[in-house]
Amino acid sequence: MNEKEVYKRLEAVFHDVFDDDSIRLTAKTTADDIEDWDSMEHINLIGAVEDEFGLRFKMGEVSGMKNVGEMVGIIMKRGK
Amino acid sequence: MALRELEYPFDTQYILKKRKALKRKLLADGTSRLKKKIAVLGGSTTEDIVSAAELFLLNFGIEAKFYQSEYAQYWEDGVFGNAELDSFSPDLIYVCTSLCNLRFEPDPARTREDSKALLDAEFGRFETLWDKLGRFGCPVIQNNFELPFYALMGNMDCRHHSALGYAVNVMNLRFADYAQEHSNFYLLDLNRTSAEYGLERWHDRSYWYMYKYMCAREAVPYIGYQLALIVKSVYGKNRKLLALDLDNTLWGGIVGDDGVNGLAIGQETGVSQAYYEFQKYAGQLKSLGTVLTVCSKNEEENALAGLNHPEGALRPDDFALIKANWDPKDKNLLETVGQLDLLPSAIVFADDNPAEREIVRQSIPEAAIPELTEPEKYITAISRSGYFEPVTISADDLKRSEMYRQNAKRAELAASVTDYGEYLKSLEMIGEIMPFAEIYYQRIAQLTNKSNQFNLTTRRYSESDIAGFAASDEYITLYGKLSDRFGDNGVVSVVIGQIQEDTLYITLWLMSCRVLKRDMELAMLDGLVKEAKARGIKKLIGEYIPTAKNKMVKHFYDSVLGFRLVTEEDDGSAKYELDITDYTDKNKYISTGKDSL
Repeated sequence: MNEKEVYKRLEAVFHDVFDDDSIRLTAKTTADDIEDWDSMEHINLIGAVEDEFGLRFKMGEVSGMKNVGEMVGIIMKRGK
Repeated sequence: MALRELEYPFDTQYILKKRKALKRKLLADGTSRLKKKIAVLGGSTTEDIVSAAELFLLNFGIEAKFYQSEYAQYWEDGVFGNAELDSFSPDLIYVCTSLCNLRFEPDPARTREDSKALLDAEFGRFETLWDKLGRFGCPVIQNNFELPFYALMGNMDCRHHSALGYAVNVMNLRFADYAQEHSNFYLLDLNRTSAEYGLERWHDRSYWYMYKYMCAREAVPYIGYQLALIVKSVYGKNRKLLALDLDNTLWGGIVGDDGVNGLAIGQETGVSQAYYEFQKYAGQLKSLGTVLTVCSKNEEENALAGLNHPEGALRPDDFALIKANWDPKDKNLLETVGQLDLLPSAIVFADDNPAEREIVRQSIPEAAIPELTEPEKYITAISRSGYFEPVTISADDLKRSEMYRQNAKRAELAASVTDYGEYLKSLEMIGEIMPFAEIYYQRIAQLTNKSNQFNLTTRRYSESDIAGFAASDEYITLYGKLSDRFGDNGVVSVVIGQIQEDTLYITLWLMSCRVLKRDMELAMLDGLVKEAKARGIKKLIGEYIPTAKNKMVKHFYDSVLGFRLVTEEDDGSAKYELDITDYTDKNKYISTGKDSL
């Protein structure tokens, strides 16, 4: 799975969770860039990403992730 | 419109991911829905439970607005209140607690007396909460407790007074006893819900540590679903009718080909036991008030022979109607609801044949259609869907099936008599029309929530509202019961009027469709006028508020009761009046007892 594929699938998850097909992701995207990305939606987003890539983020990873780039990094290592 | 994605069995990952789009779709479908305000007093994170429940409720025809406590403030909010909750003025309260809110630490060194005292205190803490919630005068739904994710004492955990497993069992029994002794109080069975899901998968400790979820994220929609089932049942949106196919649904084999002796039903083989269990389950649903009918492509003679199979659990008499013919099933189903005075939204259609299910799904979108695959799975496919979720079991529910059968017999009589007046006379009807009596509060509240068609204003009331009207001097309240030579219909009509000087404003007038065209409405008016005159009232004002379902009573006040139209608004709502100073009784066919009005 290359980085481009991960971004494509991840973008589709974001589109579903935020019900907004105009979202485009880059490594630097953070919660500040997406209007509905609050703490509750964050949990749902993490869950949906886990479902999509068949992985579980470790507890430390979730609190440590600063932007989409770091999320993609973890997915590249452990995702399916 | 109902979305199949939200029907049981559902994909919780999909629902969680797509919830915004699903909500958007449901809200855009133009359906008019019952609006309700639900206060969720949570003991852990409740946002996802609420958003799942919101979707399921929309799918059941209820548009809910929610209040949610700040994190884990269920007790403080409930007992001390706060301005936001008070001004929200909920129609229903859901106390969403779980094991994480049970204050009971396992401690093998504690004495049995001390353990008991701890559990008493803990139960008392919840009882205080429920007492205080009484100030809202609305239904309360309370979770019971799920089992812990590990058993400190192994197999002894379920039975040692100091263990958590034992504490859960004791508390759940005490919650159940409380629910049995209090009306308007309902339990959400978290214990069974978690067990059905699988306790090991249910508990996801990382989601608890990080996000304070009581269970795994993927299990969350199941809690929302249970909540939605109870709420839709409280507001009268249960299904009422189970229409059953015969061949390979109620028995194995095809009666027309295999003959009665060739059918798999009874105790002989594993397959025949599966069908027998399913027949027994249908019989149990009937005893809870679900109306059973047959919808089968068969010669009627063969269908009856199959239903008389000596090893079967059901008999032809268990069915309110038997449609065994070669017409399309959608046509038969629509005829069935027509003959039983039900709506298509009352139907659950059980058929093993996917093609038949698809045809009915296309042509009767309001019908619910479980996916029946193998006979050993038929029962759970229906029971877990919660189509018939009971929240109270009234005497009326227990008799309902019989009533529908009686109605079918009345229809037969009607067909044989040519003069309608003669028919009404031959029914030998007896009415009882009286001010609200306490034994009927539950049934009256149920009627205000269930009646849609013959309902002039469609105002929904709780049992405590009903008690309030009955106790107030400002109101005249009447219920009407009707029986005839075929049986007792129970309470079938409700009227509430508000007195203002010499005028009575009729705020509610409803009647069960099972007694349409029996002149019961005339007997009710006679009773109402009598009661009103006794209070010095000279004029009645009736109101009609149109909804999607009550067109049949648009001209009830003027055409049927002889009121005069006073005002009519653009939205179709209208007011009518009747001078009662020279009123003469209108009912000719229903005799009322000496106690009755």
